Amino acid sequence: MIIDLTQMQPGESGIIKEIQGGPGFARKLQSRGVRPEKKISKVSSHFWRGPQIIEIDNLEIAVGFGMARRILVEVER
Amino acid sequence: MKIENILLVGNPNVGKSAIFSRLTGAKVIISNYPGTTVEFTQGKLKLGDETVMIVDVPGTYTLEPTCKAEDVACRMVKEGGLVINIVDATNLERNLHLTLQLLERDIPVIVALNMWDDTKHRGIYIDVKKLEEELGVPVIPTCGLSGEGIKELIERLPQAKARSLPTSSDSQKWEKIGKIVEEVQKLTHHHHTLLERLEDLSIKPLTGLPIALGIIYCAFWVVRFIGENLISYIFEPLFTRLWLPLLIKLSATLGGGSFLHHILIGNFIEGKINFGQSFGLLTTGLFVPIAMVLPYIFSFYLILGLLEDFGYLPRLAVLMDNFMHHLGLHGYAIIPFILGLGCKVPGVLATRILEERREKFIAATLLAIGVPCMAQIAMIVGLVGQRGGEYVVIIFLVLFLLLIIKGLILNRVLKGSSPEILVEIPPYRIPQFNAVMKKLWMRLSGFLKEALPLVFLGVLFVNILYTLKIIDFFAYIFAPVLTLLWGLPKEAISALVVGFLRKDVAVGMLGPLNLTTKQLVIGSTILAVYFPCIATYMVLIRELGIKDTFKSTSIMIVVALVIGAVLNLIL
Repeated sequence: MIIDLTQMQPGESGIIKEIQGGPGFARKLQSRGVRPEKKISKVSSHFWRGPQIIEIDNLEIAVGFGMARRILVEVER
Repeated sequence: MKIENILLVGNPNVGKSAIFSRLTGAKVIISNYPGTTVEFTQGKLKLGDETVMIVDVPGTYTLEPTCKAEDVACRMVKEGGLVINIVDATNLERNLHLTLQLLERDIPVIVALNMWDDTKHRGIYIDVKKLEEELGVPVIPTCGLSGEGIKELIERLPQAKARSLPTSSDSQKWEKIGKIVEEVQKLTHHHHTLLERLEDLSIKPLTGLPIALGIIYCAFWVVRFIGENLISYIFEPLFTRLWLPLLIKLSATLGGGSFLHHILIGNFIEGKINFGQSFGLLTTGLFVPIAMVLPYIFSFYLILGLLEDFGYLPRLAVLMDNFMHHLGLHGYAIIPFILGLGCKVPGVLATRILEERREKFIAATLLAIGVPCMAQIAMIVGLVGQRGGEYVVIIFLVLFLLLIIKGLILNRVLKGSSPEILVEIPPYRIPQFNAVMKKLWMRLSGFLKEALPLVFLGVLFVNILYTLKIIDFFAYIFAPVLTLLWGLPKEAISALVVGFLRKDVAVGMLGPLNLTTKQLVIGSTILAVYFPCIATYMVLIRELGIKDTFKSTSIMIVVALVIGAVLNLIL
């Protein structure tokens, strides 16, 4: 099923399917390795709509909550 | 091919500055977090008989800039030269995107596959020969921190090639990168190390927050412990046992009433030379920067350097993100604040890592009026601390509350909203002793070279102001504000005037005024908020522009007037 990044559980992994938003936003994420068809796993999420920590290719990245909501991920549940 | 100048270009935090320092022997600040270098640094490299210029360019993900630091990088690449593209070997895929962008330009490129030593224990195997074939330019594995591969990199510089590949879209580039990586890279399983476990613990909220509090508490404690002990066991004895006898002789030779005596030795306090209060060039002028401020600068930068190289700061930024949003900033803005605790000049410069004008304005303004620099902190601790530690706490608590209130207000008043955090979190690395010491030495010598002359100038300036009675004139004009609003004696104006030059000297000038503790607290607080020192002000103008600096200045003046009055009423 496809959910957004904020809905993933810490420790869960999936495949990025879509990044919603303008080309500038997509490019900004892409240049940091966040792009469709990449395997992604969630490390943790911070309280009160705080940053979401993800891991892609051995690299941890902190993504703001609003941005994370626009990253759609396919997970197996 | 004749090489004229060389640019070091790469993503943030891939070790460009480490390679730069290896190539040129020049001293640059190297840390383990993205955005350490926000301005280009130049150095020289001898190639045979010729000397070429090497430029350490701020890290960038793209040749189409999204923030000021990236903008600097892109402009440099446009100006041309040979590009050494520094690639993080542990993150090949992501890094190659910039490489492909570079290969589409008509500039000679050579690739340094940096952090090569890290690939082994991370279970990454890269076929360098094949990567070279795929890219069509030389690829050399390097390790900037140890110096491995640097010699080969220099030898092969003349082989750098301009590919001028046809322009392709982003998705075409990613597709190509996918193929290249599949061809050249093999990943094997590796065991999680202790450091990686610690990485996890310090980024998860439940464990991360207590760890952050612990680290901050320890950092403060250690800074204070080292600073205090350096002062009482080394610097103070040095001044009172070795320097004072010499000064007493000099004073006798010069004769008490002479002008030179006044400038060099200053006034006698209760018939004696007093290092804190005499205000001569050789007494207070040396004592303040060397014996009161330097020990704290030393201990602060030692601890900061360790935290920076370990890679802790980005994690703190993530943990602070929620809180910082209330101030109109995102978590990464914590980096300029932390650097600002050392000196505001690098602090304001570091606001370049923030994307938007609104954020930069808020961060720079809060920094200028809410974050005292280490020189000032050391003086407040030294001077106000004599009246009791609780008063020092009051001052810092007031400054902290002010910072929050100002941030809340600015966030409400200014149009727009704070952008979200998006930052790479580098792996932890054990700080290397030599690297930490080198960085500490650079920062200390920076302080001595840049601050010491200004301190002398400040002390000289005070003496001239007093001798020419200019201070009396200012005191007369500003007396209503000082006495009625703030409850300070009108002579305190001298400290405010000198505060434009150096904050440490300014705080020191409150010493001889025989202030009550309440007045001392008010005076120190106002000195922290009313205006930044001249060096900071110049950077503010450069970074924010005249108009925003003017706005920022107006806020400072209002805040100083209000907080002085409020403290005068409630204390």
